[in-house]
Amino acid sequence: MAEQKKVHFIIERQDSPDSAPYTEEFLLDYRPAMNVVSSLMEIQKNPVNKAGKKVSPVVWECNCLEKVCGACMMVINGKARQACAALIDQLEQPIRLAPARTFPVIRDLMIDRSVMFENLKKVQAWVAVDGSWEVKPADRQNPYTATEAYEISRCMTCGCCMEACPNVGPQSDFIGPAAIGQAHLFNLHPTGQYDKHKRVGALMQKGGSSSCGNSQNCVQACPKQIKLTTYIAQMNRDINKQALKNIFSK
Amino acid sequence: MKKRIIVVGGGLSGLMATMKICEAGGQVDLFSLCPVKRSHSVCAQGGINAVMNTKGQNDSVWEHFDDTVYGGDFLGDQVAIKGMVENAPKLIEMFDRMGVTFTRTAEGVLDLRNFGGQKNKRTCFSGATTGQQLLYALDEQVRMWETKGCVTKYEFWEFVKIIKTKEGECGGIIAQNMKSMEIEAFAGDAVIIATGGPGFVFGKCTASTICTGSAVSSCYQDGAYLGNPEFIQIHPTAIPGDDKNRLMSESARGEGGRVWTYRDGKPWYFLEDMYPAYGNLVPRDIAARAIFKVCVHMGLGINGENRVYLDLSHIDTDYLNRKLGGILEIYEEFVGDDPRKVPMQIFPAVHYSMGGMWVDIYHRTNIIGLFSSGECDYQYHGANRLGANSLLSATHSGTISGPKAMEFTKTREWIDGAKAVSAPLTAEELAKAKADAEAEFEKLMAMDGEENAYVLHKELGELMLENVAIERHNDRLEYCGKELVKILKRWDNIGLTDKGRWFNQEVMFVRQLRNMIVYARAITQAALQRNESRGAHYKEEFPNRDDENFLKTTRVKCNPQTLAPEIDYIDFDHSMIKPRPRRYDIAKGGK
Repeated sequence: MAEQKKVHFIIERQDSPDSAPYTEEFLLDYRPAMNVVSSLMEIQKNPVNKAGKKVSPVVWECNCLEKVCGACMMVINGKARQACAALIDQLEQPIRLAPARTFPVIRDLMIDRSVMFENLKKVQAWVAVDGSWEVKPADRQNPYTATEAYEISRCMTCGCCMEACPNVGPQSDFIGPAAIGQAHLFNLHPTGQYDKHKRVGALMQKGGSSSCGNSQNCVQACPKQIKLTTYIAQMNRDINKQALKNIFSK
Repeated sequence: MKKRIIVVGGGLSGLMATMKICEAGGQVDLFSLCPVKRSHSVCAQGGINAVMNTKGQNDSVWEHFDDTVYGGDFLGDQVAIKGMVENAPKLIEMFDRMGVTFTRTAEGVLDLRNFGGQKNKRTCFSGATTGQQLLYALDEQVRMWETKGCVTKYEFWEFVKIIKTKEGECGGIIAQNMKSMEIEAFAGDAVIIATGGPGFVFGKCTASTICTGSAVSSCYQDGAYLGNPEFIQIHPTAIPGDDKNRLMSESARGEGGRVWTYRDGKPWYFLEDMYPAYGNLVPRDIAARAIFKVCVHMGLGINGENRVYLDLSHIDTDYLNRKLGGILEIYEEFVGDDPRKVPMQIFPAVHYSMGGMWVDIYHRTNIIGLFSSGECDYQYHGANRLGANSLLSATHSGTISGPKAMEFTKTREWIDGAKAVSAPLTAEELAKAKADAEAEFEKLMAMDGEENAYVLHKELGELMLENVAIERHNDRLEYCGKELVKILKRWDNIGLTDKGRWFNQEVMFVRQLRNMIVYARAITQAALQRNESRGAHYKEEFPNRDDENFLKTTRVKCNPQTLAPEIDYIDFDHSMIKPRPRRYDIAKGGK
């Protein structure tokens, strides 16, 4: 019988937010169609490291395994991406997993992305409907604008763009690409645009769009291919327009 | 003082209920084991049914009503269903106003597509990620309410159990912080369980890993009844995978996809052959059984394996990208083939639970103060759910459970004239409930047996898939029931590898697993006792529907000592559309 093919993982672990990180290696039996999440599930079933020592299973976050919930983002061989869609056959071994350290680490590969949800509050990423009750039906929408909006609305708040951006992190107060894209999304909506000045106003503040250093990393990192840099540029134009308006209306 | 309502679960139903409660002046404590924006509702792909009648087909709400009742093989409560289909167009308008990026026609109105079990175009959609878009819209609205101070989110908190008052009413919940592992008791004027389906009981399924049914099982063990738990929908078209079976949306068939395999060296479009009236658009239970038959009984799967083709390659690429982009990407990403060029390979997988917590049409359970809505309740779908009716039922049920919970806090009225009599839980009662839950948790932490919880779960899933899925046999159901008792016993012998008290996922899973096993017993026993074939429930020994004996809701109570399911059958409202044979080889018969 041929020797069992193995998959070699080197995983950066951390027991708690304040404790020191360490690496642990695992060797798993190879199976076709494995991905990083299914590999971590194998470790749960047999949490023994490469040295043969029984350890606690690796902690990470995942839900849908279809690249739509955004939960399982981590750094895989140096790149921030969704673990469920990282197929073992396409990864160079040993496979290195690490938490996305732009965010506070909770445990192992599990991170705290609450800042992203807080950012959505800052930019008022919603249409301020009067209520869920019956009102006049919404207006028609230009289908081309709607298609652009759809592209942005697939953002799953995974944080790949935040991890890839050199300007997001403890060194800066930059709000990051995701929230700017979402602000633009609601500025595109026929009634959402009524609050455009508020969103633009929020992004005029320190840490807003102007903190973007135009590294273009976000647009490459986005697993949904959202044209983040285009929307940041659009937001900067909107900010300039509003700034001018503010001067003249004084 | 503002009424405080506890909502457990932040998918479509929980968020819809939350929004309604806020609008009615209530205060919500919203619990979820993940950020609500990552709830399983994001996975729904194809669309949401509502009679918009913008395709010149004279579609009507009655037709939607009839399709849903007929598709559910007449086991759905017709008063509840009628309310849902009447509300559907209003919900679409609401979502449109909230900014959902529905796919539009060239003139800028909402486009509609075909879906299984329906002759008219009735399905509103947002590319092939409709659930994601609807969930995000409600997530945004609830975030707005959060900034107004009306919602407190408890994300990464797991529901443990309800707290009952000494009168046996629901007065609050026990929940556990998944990070710090601290256990807390929360009082509420009403509690809504909106925690989704139990797909993970079957191991590999199309559901998210969080869809364990654990919360429902916990309520069931505390006296809440289940309704129709034996009705588990098998989705005909899923991509078999190593970690899960990924859904390939029914919209692929709705947009013209054809299902086939080779017979005598030539493509055989067996659904079109077997069901000429509906062809590839037969409902899910019919399609799933046909594929199973072709592969397992006739041995005609691709290369002898359990797979058949789902073919879109004859359709224009631009059209496919516009209508189905999201799901084609999933296939490309996880399989590596381009479905625009080569046929996809698919096989049925466990997808949805029609059954769940028993509720009345106002989403009240049999426990005073406890509501349930969304996939975790048993309402609306009878014996089989039509595609694109789940986003509808999830949302619609939230528009009922939320307002009814608020109403209850004022009237204190319950089913059949019953009235709540309990006073709010006192500080002492909450402290006691908390201490009890902490003691239970310490027992989990002390588990040091031989079994690995994840391995045991894999066995549970395989057992259920093997015996309680697409075709059911009484001898195998009996066997399965006995095996489940053994698995429950083996659960006692689990040993924790993680003894940590900070974000210990393993110990939480151990608790969920026990609840899954108890729930699995209810599914299995209910399947065993229903000696007929109806919708998703199919027994070769009893191939026909038996209205005389089984035009009834299965009601399951949990025996508190043995945890065994105890079953009786109760009547439900089927007064408006008289049951008639359900056939898809010919056009739907008269009404």
